[in-house]
Amino acid sequence: MLNVEGLHAAVGDRPILRGVELTLRPGEVHALMGPNGSGKSTLVHVLAGRPGYRVTAGRATLDGVDLLAMEPEQRAGAGVFLGFQHPVEIPGVSQQLFLKTALNALRRRRGEAELDASDCRERILRATRSIGLEESILSRSVNAGFSGGEKKQNELLQMATLTPRLALLDEMDSGLDIDALARVSQGIQALRGPDRAILLVTHHQRMLDWVVPDRVHVMIEGRIVLSGGSDLARELERRGYGWLMEEAA
Amino acid sequence: MNPEPAVASALSRSYKHGFVTAIQADTLPEGLDEGVIRRISDKKGEPEWMLVWRLAAYRHWLGMTEPRWSSVRYPAIDYQAISYYSSPFADARTPVSLAEVDPKLLATYEKLGIPLDERLSLAGVAVDAVFDSVSVATTHQKMLAQKGIIFCSMSEAVREHGELVRHHLGTVVPSGDNFFAALNAAVFSDGTFCYIPPGVRCPMELSTYFRINAARTGQFERTLIIADRDSYVSYLEGCTAPMRDNHQLHAAVVELVALEGAEIQYATVQNWYPGDEEGRGGIYNFVTKRGVCRGARSRISWTQVETGSAITWKYPSVILLGEGSEGRFNSVAVTHHHQQADTGTKMIHLGANTRSSILSKGISAGHGHNAYRGLVKINAAADHARNHSRCDSLLLGGSCSAHTYPYIEVKNASARVEHEATTSRIGEDQLFYARQRGLLAEEAVALIVHGFCAEVLRELPMEFAVEARKLLAVTLEGSVG
Repeated sequence: MLNVEGLHAAVGDRPILRGVELTLRPGEVHALMGPNGSGKSTLVHVLAGRPGYRVTAGRATLDGVDLLAMEPEQRAGAGVFLGFQHPVEIPGVSQQLFLKTALNALRRRRGEAELDASDCRERILRATRSIGLEESILSRSVNAGFSGGEKKQNELLQMATLTPRLALLDEMDSGLDIDALARVSQGIQALRGPDRAILLVTHHQRMLDWVVPDRVHVMIEGRIVLSGGSDLARELERRGYGWLMEEAA
Repeated sequence: MNPEPAVASALSRSYKHGFVTAIQADTLPEGLDEGVIRRISDKKGEPEWMLVWRLAAYRHWLGMTEPRWSSVRYPAIDYQAISYYSSPFADARTPVSLAEVDPKLLATYEKLGIPLDERLSLAGVAVDAVFDSVSVATTHQKMLAQKGIIFCSMSEAVREHGELVRHHLGTVVPSGDNFFAALNAAVFSDGTFCYIPPGVRCPMELSTYFRINAARTGQFERTLIIADRDSYVSYLEGCTAPMRDNHQLHAAVVELVALEGAEIQYATVQNWYPGDEEGRGGIYNFVTKRGVCRGARSRISWTQVETGSAITWKYPSVILLGEGSEGRFNSVAVTHHHQQADTGTKMIHLGANTRSSILSKGISAGHGHNAYRGLVKINAAADHARNHSRCDSLLLGGSCSAHTYPYIEVKNASARVEHEATTSRIGEDQLFYARQRGLLAEEAVALIVHGFCAEVLRELPMEFAVEARKLLAVTLEGSVG
């Protein structure tokens, strides 16, 4: 499904990714771990097409289609979803309107008929309930005045509404208390599916107690230096990254 | 990383109302003197008092100089190079029925989405259609007359309701108020007159649609709305003009009078031709709008969506004289390419317990220049007056600018005046976020701008809110790549 080969990327003049190799198959959840500044967030932003992130070498394909040649909105149309670590606020735009606009934009892109207001509403309501959010969140402005936990859950609401093939979730566990972490983790667990691949960027092992990954990768200085099963996350929790960084150096 | 390069290479913007109607016109030669004013007055069959009023304004104007205090910049206007009267009718004195109006004119308004045939018109909206210097047609007059409502062109009002006009004309914006108001008083050619009798709630939206068609012609209309005791009226004006390379002057005056317990809601969707992306052509929109809450508990609100014009210079104001009266100003002003806007309001609190609120939303893109300029004045007698002002600016790209000039004068210690201002930029973060969800950059900008303006758009009658939203999207076309 997702194939990343020899990916190098720079932000400005600074090289960040230095040859990333990664394969995700449908139904799999992979965790991407590593110390601060190792390039985890850069990888998911590069895959989503963030302007200013320059690919200098390598390939990334989704179901054989070249992702890197596409505009961000085209990648979204191809089924790529990025859950933001810091979701932006859009004052005055209701969540309902934003979700409806996005849903229909994606449907147009895929050559599907747009949904009318009541079908949209129905689908958005179902997604809202599946994430464990109150319906009232739909009449608020996008992310405006949301708590940290609400912002993360709201990313999952968008994911549940837009039903992507590939979800790249960037540090969905950052800045959450234990209860919020449980809610967000359960939300992600509920969004697992046989046709969907999920890449979880995380610093901590805690989330992985709820969302048990099929594979765990460790990124250091822009390369994946070690991959393993879910046990690897626990080992990292115990030993830290120091030993791996020494090996990498 | 920055949307700016995309802004700089903006696509040409589509102005959908830029066509010209080829029509025979009765146009006065360019230039201005007393003879021209006498001829305008004569063409309209005005009473003597009206001519005397015009000439006094003209003599006053001769001694005035163009205001220079605003932040807008433009080359000197040659007032002798403008024609002050152009009419699609040979004789403006005789009112014509719709059947006699040139079909080209009716087609023009249909093309603009304003059918003048009452059977086709927007439900619940009566229209006075002003084409260059004259009113072409006024719809639904008979139905309104049954309620005692007068809704007609200013020319007709001067002829048919002379005493009422004479009693109120110039009482809110005196003929010598400012340079452009004085010019207007001297040469105004038409406009709309409304009178709502005591206790009557006007059953439909009243509106005027202004169209400039002729080249090298100025449009100087004058509107007067009087809401008698405990009456209510909602009024809307729309404006468009053809695309031309030279600048054209539009200097209007609007006066509102609200008596005891009356309410006037005045909304503008201004879409004059803004000029091209190099700043060639476009309307100079120098307008004086003012209302007086003369009676206790009266209310006046101005809502404006300003997307057009090369230059917008207007400050719709409210004089709060009656005790407990209320003034509101809600504004969205957009400047793109080389458009300039210096707009805002004045809230003059004279009576006790008067309230005012100001909500201004400025949006700048391209090389647009956007300034909010507002005065809140609380006089000594205005006990317990309250004002709340909020001015938000939104910037797209790095070549545009936004400025806020709030002036506050308080002469009564019991007053409460609050002012808030914010400036934000549609950032790469917001755009990328929306694009990641599948929206095109243009769709994302339209959505973000819509959200930014939502509070003001809510104040517009529904049909016009939809129109205004589309207009905002079109205006900002090409502001990102």
